[in-house]
Amino acid sequence: MAAAGAAQEKQFPPALLSFFIYNPRFGPREGEEEKKILFYHPNEVEKNEKIRNVGLCEAIVQFTRTFSPSKPAKSLHTQKNRQFFNEPEENFWMVMVVRNPMIEKHSKDGKPIVEYQEEELLDKVYSSVLQQCYSMYKLFNGTFLKAMEDGGVKVLKERLEKFFHRYLQTLHLQSCDLLDIFGGISFFPLDKMTYLKIQSFINKMEESLNIVKYTAFLYNDQLIWSGLEQDDMRILYKYLTTSLFPRHIEPELAGRDSPIRAEMPGNLQHYGRFLTGPLNLNDPEAKCRFPKIFVNTDDTYEELHLIVYKAMSAAVCFMIDASMQPSLDFCRRLDSIVGPQLTVLASDICEQYNINKRISGSEKEPQFKFIYFNHMNLAEKSTIHMRKTPSISLTSVHPDLMKILGDINSDFTRMDEDEEIIVKAMSDYWVVGKKSDQRELYVILNQKNANLIEVNEEVKKLCATQFNNIFFLD
Amino acid sequence: MSEEEEDYYLELCERPVHFEKANPVNCVFFDEANKQVFAVRSGGATGVVVKGPEDRSPISFRMEDKGEVKCIKFSLGNKILAVQRTAKTVVLPEKRSLKLLKSQNINVNWYMYCPESSVILLSTTVLGNVLQPFYFRAGTMSKLSKFEIELPAAPKSTKLSLSERDIAMATIYGQLHVLFLRHHSRTSNSAGAEVVLYHLPREGVCKKTHILKLNRTGKFALNVVDNLVVVHHQDTETSVIFDIKLRGEFDGTITLHHPVLPARSIQPYQIPMAGPASVTSQSPVPCKLYSSSWIVFQPDIIISASQGYLWTLQVKLQPVVNLLLDKGRLMDFLLQRRDCKMVILSVCSQMLSESDRGTLPVIATVFDKLNHEYKKYLEAEQNYTMVVETGQSRSNPLLKRPVRTQAVIDQSDMYTHVLSVFTEKKEIPHKFVIAVLMEYIRSLNQFQIPVQHYLHELVIKTLVQHNLFYMLHQFLQYHVLSDSKPLACLLLSLESIYPPAHQLSLDMLKRLSTANDEIVEVLLSKHQVLAALRFIRGIGGHDNISARKFLDAAKQTEDNMLFYTIFRFFEQRNQRLRGNPNFTPGEHCDEHVAFFKQVFGDQALMKPTTF
Repeated sequence: MAAAGAAQEKQFPPALLSFFIYNPRFGPREGEEEKKILFYHPNEVEKNEKIRNVGLCEAIVQFTRTFSPSKPAKSLHTQKNRQFFNEPEENFWMVMVVRNPMIEKHSKDGKPIVEYQEEELLDKVYSSVLQQCYSMYKLFNGTFLKAMEDGGVKVLKERLEKFFHRYLQTLHLQSCDLLDIFGGISFFPLDKMTYLKIQSFINKMEESLNIVKYTAFLYNDQLIWSGLEQDDMRILYKYLTTSLFPRHIEPELAGRDSPIRAEMPGNLQHYGRFLTGPLNLNDPEAKCRFPKIFVNTDDTYEELHLIVYKAMSAAVCFMIDASMQPSLDFCRRLDSIVGPQLTVLASDICEQYNINKRISGSEKEPQFKFIYFNHMNLAEKSTIHMRKTPSISLTSVHPDLMKILGDINSDFTRMDEDEEIIVKAMSDYWVVGKKSDQRELYVILNQKNANLIEVNEEVKKLCATQFNNIFFLD
Repeated sequence: MSEEEEDYYLELCERPVHFEKANPVNCVFFDEANKQVFAVRSGGATGVVVKGPEDRSPISFRMEDKGEVKCIKFSLGNKILAVQRTAKTVVLPEKRSLKLLKSQNINVNWYMYCPESSVILLSTTVLGNVLQPFYFRAGTMSKLSKFEIELPAAPKSTKLSLSERDIAMATIYGQLHVLFLRHHSRTSNSAGAEVVLYHLPREGVCKKTHILKLNRTGKFALNVVDNLVVVHHQDTETSVIFDIKLRGEFDGTITLHHPVLPARSIQPYQIPMAGPASVTSQSPVPCKLYSSSWIVFQPDIIISASQGYLWTLQVKLQPVVNLLLDKGRLMDFLLQRRDCKMVILSVCSQMLSESDRGTLPVIATVFDKLNHEYKKYLEAEQNYTMVVETGQSRSNPLLKRPVRTQAVIDQSDMYTHVLSVFTEKKEIPHKFVIAVLMEYIRSLNQFQIPVQHYLHELVIKTLVQHNLFYMLHQFLQYHVLSDSKPLACLLLSLESIYPPAHQLSLDMLKRLSTANDEIVEVLLSKHQVLAALRFIRGIGGHDNISARKFLDAAKQTEDNMLFYTIFRFFEQRNQRLRGNPNFTPGEHCDEHVAFFKQVFGDQALMKPTTF
């Protein structure tokens, strides 16, 4: 592509066209179709168009069900956009319509011509994004059914409006990739002794704060311990690392993370502070309102307050039963007990981590660009992605390569057996995908002149250094 | 047993030495060196009976009454008897000669001899407070440096101010100490008597090291039992104990101690009735404790001459548990005691019980103290083994195998007596059970003690019982539960209730690197024949595997293409190893060859390549 030509082209990334939630049972009769719609974005769309779009989705789902009763259609491809369907609860449908990426070219007469890139979007990536929308809603609001029980359609609509109005703005569909499919958790590498110290800390805190039901512990935005079940932790982790923590980065960088209570007599100097709940404990009017979350919605259905407390790089989430209202006294007590100990622990972890890094020699830049995911514990590791910010997830490789990774993943999903796929990309990169039992590994090699055997050898080397302590077939 | 009864932490021994009580015709003597009591009747004419706490059969003999006996003793081993009847003569009943080995000329007020340490103390100077110790060893006598006992206040006169009654010598924690009972503190603001401890080393100077505050005045007597200093107080008929190893108030040179426990009487004692049980129908008589006729000897002897008993004093540990509420201090105290093991284990059980539960920080402190002691022993044992193995033991004749005291509470003790019982209790919340187990494992790791697999199994069992699989998964992910074959097998058995256990198990087998056969078996059992073959080839073991085993597994999958692949692999192996693709009769693969021919035809068999 000539430079001059490129200058005339304008690229448009994929974008959210509409997002709606409906239940066909709510308006089965003609003329009552509007009742089906529980949420519609953008809200400005004319009523009849809303009804039409919902009706179309309903029809597609119904129609495709004839062919596959247990697995109705997941997506609909059209030239301009792609629609994704998800039925997270019985008869509740969520639909997300994404506009295909497009290139605007200028013809010789200066007229703009729009070219839709129909094959760019990966179904699995955006289906996963849609599923995540539901999981995130459920984390903070409980199930749709629960809202219905609490106050009928009215309450459900209010909750959907309140939640998705803000949430949809944070979707950033242009930077979704393989990691959205995995929805994995990055674990912080740690030696046994430090890990046991953290265990001991958590157990002691749970005992002395006595109303804590579950605790999660993170360091450097990576998980170390979860008292929650895996699926609940997965979505909470997503919330913490892509929303809550990034929002607090800026004040930290601005140096406002100094020990604010250092001057208070009788209190040990510590760096602890609440990321949710009261901002200033010295203010007697301080509000102790914490976000509510819903976990184990399949069986025990628990409603909890989420207290996130952080000292330096260590963050701990205390979850307490929603029936208990944490008072300012409780928050002060928590601060005085947890703050000093967490500060010491955080510096212990930091120190130990640096020692381990020096011993293993892993402080050097990784030579390989790879993504690893284990379905069993959701462990995810990527040397391709830089740190996530609330707005974008930065990758260090070209989107084309990311798309190849997604394609390989789709192939893996179709097969049960272990397999290995090696692709030579157009850009002279080699892309290798390996699947062994429940683990997947994707490697990108920048070795233009390497042959298949050499690439295979390189990947073997990577496995030997990075994954020698797990059973990973080569 | 009533509450109160359980409170007594000192007792007289159950089987005292009984002798004829002192009366005008029967004189009683005690020899501290042999711990023997001499009952001398009518100056020996009607008999002398000698009894010691160890020798149960008394020695009886007669000797001529040549006047009042002032002192009577046996030599070590009961070979020679010495009798003193006047101030300056000692009579040996048989003709023996004594040899003067060494002489020192010192003006002595009084002397005191400690048989355990073979040290004699001489009181010198006018006030008597400068003490000169001598040490006897192998026929030689060496003079140690003298030291001065600080008297309570500047003495008014120049008369003897330090009485031998206020001085005792005893070995405490392996070190010889001189104990001085100071009736009034030197500082006027603190009333009450105190015991001042001087450490008397074999070499170097004697130094004042500890002060034991009694907080009362009156008549006192001292004993040393199980390295504890026991101070009896006659006025209140109670005793207190001090442990110089417990933390006290340290001012840079001297440590100030307060009684470990509140003052208590020695446990009431019933005098057993003499004679055969059938004759005596009367109930036992309570013994008068702290009687003015009691005489106390070091380290642990109490004699009642008027009643005719010699007891040793003993410390009871169980009552201490309820009196010493600070669990950390309690452990410090118990770990120094001789018969501590069962008491310590019962304290551990108690603090984990639902009714008397300790907080996790307390439990952690207790575990750390136990494991500190445990580690010290393991290290000593390891050093000893190393010295022996490297042959350095010959050059070091003093080297001794470390003694395992009762204070060494190992993992097996904790498992058997405390943890396995504790995890079985239904009423205890599982969260607490897991926290305690993890705390114990944390403590072991902190002291770098390898954790035994049965503790890991206990953790897994508890987690599985409560369906806490994700927790288990995380523990394994961070290698908190150490890899081992039994653990890997345990995980395999969990696969049906928790599928990820399969992966965890395989990973563990892989890390063990000695379990390749097991990995192959696991994969074959899951019909992952190709994976098994690739694995064994990856580690270079494919020349030694049984073809039949793999072909069996491949056939079971009913996947003909897989069977073909596996069959071909072994044909190629045969070709490579023996120059012929055919299987040998020893491989027992006839049925597989037949099956192959049946499915793929004869022509599909590999042809031998000839050169």
